[in-house]
Amino acid sequence: MITSGYADIIRDGLWTNNPGLVQLLGLCPLLAISGTVVNALGLGLATIATLVISNTLVSLLREHVRPEIRIPVYVLIIASAVTAIELVMNAWFHGLFLVLGIFIPLIVTNCAIIGRAEAFASRNSVPRAAVDGLAMGVGFTGVLVAIGALREVVGQGTLLDNAQLLFGEWGRDLRIEIFPQEHGFLLALLPPGAFLAMGLLIAVKNLIDARLEARPVPTAAPEPKPAPTQS
Amino acid sequence: MRFRTRTSPHMVPGHSVGSLMRQVLYALIPGTLAMAWFFGWGVLVNVVLSVLFAVMFEALMVTLRRRPVGVTLGDSSAVLAGWLFALAIPPLAPVWVLLVGTGFAIVVAKHLYGGLGYNPFNPAMVGYVVVLVSFPRELSLWPSPEGLAEASFTLWQTLQTTLTGRLPDGLDWDAVTRASPLDMMREALVSGQTVHEVTRSPVFGSFSQTEWEWAGNLFLLGGIWLLYRRVITWHIPVSMLLSLATIAGVFWVLDPDQFASPAFHVFSGAAIIGAFFIATDPVSAATTPLGRVLFGIGIGILTYIIRTWGGYPDGVAFAVLLMNMVAPTLDHYTRPRIFGHSGDGRG
Repeated sequence: MITSGYADIIRDGLWTNNPGLVQLLGLCPLLAISGTVVNALGLGLATIATLVISNTLVSLLREHVRPEIRIPVYVLIIASAVTAIELVMNAWFHGLFLVLGIFIPLIVTNCAIIGRAEAFASRNSVPRAAVDGLAMGVGFTGVLVAIGALREVVGQGTLLDNAQLLFGEWGRDLRIEIFPQEHGFLLALLPPGAFLAMGLLIAVKNLIDARLEARPVPTAAPEPKPAPTQS
Repeated sequence: MRFRTRTSPHMVPGHSVGSLMRQVLYALIPGTLAMAWFFGWGVLVNVVLSVLFAVMFEALMVTLRRRPVGVTLGDSSAVLAGWLFALAIPPLAPVWVLLVGTGFAIVVAKHLYGGLGYNPFNPAMVGYVVVLVSFPRELSLWPSPEGLAEASFTLWQTLQTTLTGRLPDGLDWDAVTRASPLDMMREALVSGQTVHEVTRSPVFGSFSQTEWEWAGNLFLLGGIWLLYRRVITWHIPVSMLLSLATIAGVFWVLDPDQFASPAFHVFSGAAIIGAFFIATDPVSAATTPLGRVLFGIGIGILTYIIRTWGGYPDGVAFAVLLMNMVAPTLDHYTRPRIFGHSGDGRG
């Protein structure tokens, strides 16, 4: 077991081992729900909550679960967490609940969640597992919101459209219109736009990594980075 | 690179990427002129601007990728992509449609995949599909020859329309445009008319609208010249047009009121230019003889399916892109037997 500090766990989740850009896990919601910033943020918050709850519970039970049956136990834990979150969203964010539809229950199938349960939470202490869940969730949400912003601006010329679904009535004023909607680039809102935006973000991340690697490192122990692919 | 072997009496074909691309360009000239004759200056304006943009994007990408600019531009592939893209676009389309389409064709479909020889999809068709999906209104406005003649569109007025996206004063889009044959057929069939009623319309020639027939004939001429010059082989064009005509024929025989004739399908839209100039792209098409035949059949059938039951009037571009996806698989399973080996010839 590799023990790493909290700073490493957080850096892993947000950048080095980002579930969206590096592990490429959970692509289905990532691509399907990133049409607007508000949808992306809504699904991202639900995913963060699921990750924190499931990581914590898996870590709590890690001494009591026999390895042969660990996967069904993870599935039960994750499914319960997602069901609870679905009910919460249905009660307090009903508009957003309707917009996100099937993709809230589908958080169960997000590979990033069961992947973290298996790879991290089942072999680390509770606080570390919770921090990892939070960091991974925030990393995932960050990518989701970035793709959402890109697609919303290019596709319909707005930012934070329908923000009242998430923030209540005052959210209406958050809507920013950059250009009139009829000049939007429809492709960005369609599924190919999600793949294009995703590819561009991965390219930008690899470019940044390559630049960082090329820079002389002042500290004594440079951390290992994933090999930058050709961008 | 060219090897000069002087001893034996070898015949040097003298083909290079650039010379092949330029022969395809020459073969496009008659059909392009026919389209310009019927649809006005807009066709030529589109071709010139698209080629200009395509070459510009190509130069930009080649510079960014630190490759020799002269060599890459010298192979004329960007010119060809821009030209084919321009022929798919309505002649009075605004300039930003051309810019977005050629940008996607060259930057995304060609250079992000590694440049000429590495692109799995036909760049011109990617550019066309991107603008078709994104700007449905601009892409449906095909001018009618009579409308243009009445409004006496000069080169200057055409340029103004292209650059500003607005028609000259006193004209509106309804006056100068008309549904293309495939659009016309689709709308008429949806509204309960029969095929016969559509083809009796005065704008129809023997098979399709007169101007599309003539453009088709001249593209056919260019295509046959390409076959004669052995720039392309017969497999893809023949199998594509035959399969399109066959499937259209089957449905036409079953119900001639609901399904248009095979000749209508072959002479409307992009079937002929697609068969000879687009589907035969040496990079993104299948390469084995049997693979090419299957590739062509796939395009023909998909084109018919998309035209008849799909959401868009013409399906050649979508069919070509879909078959581009399976071209490597086709090549894998249709490798010809190696001479001197028996069996499946994988030795």
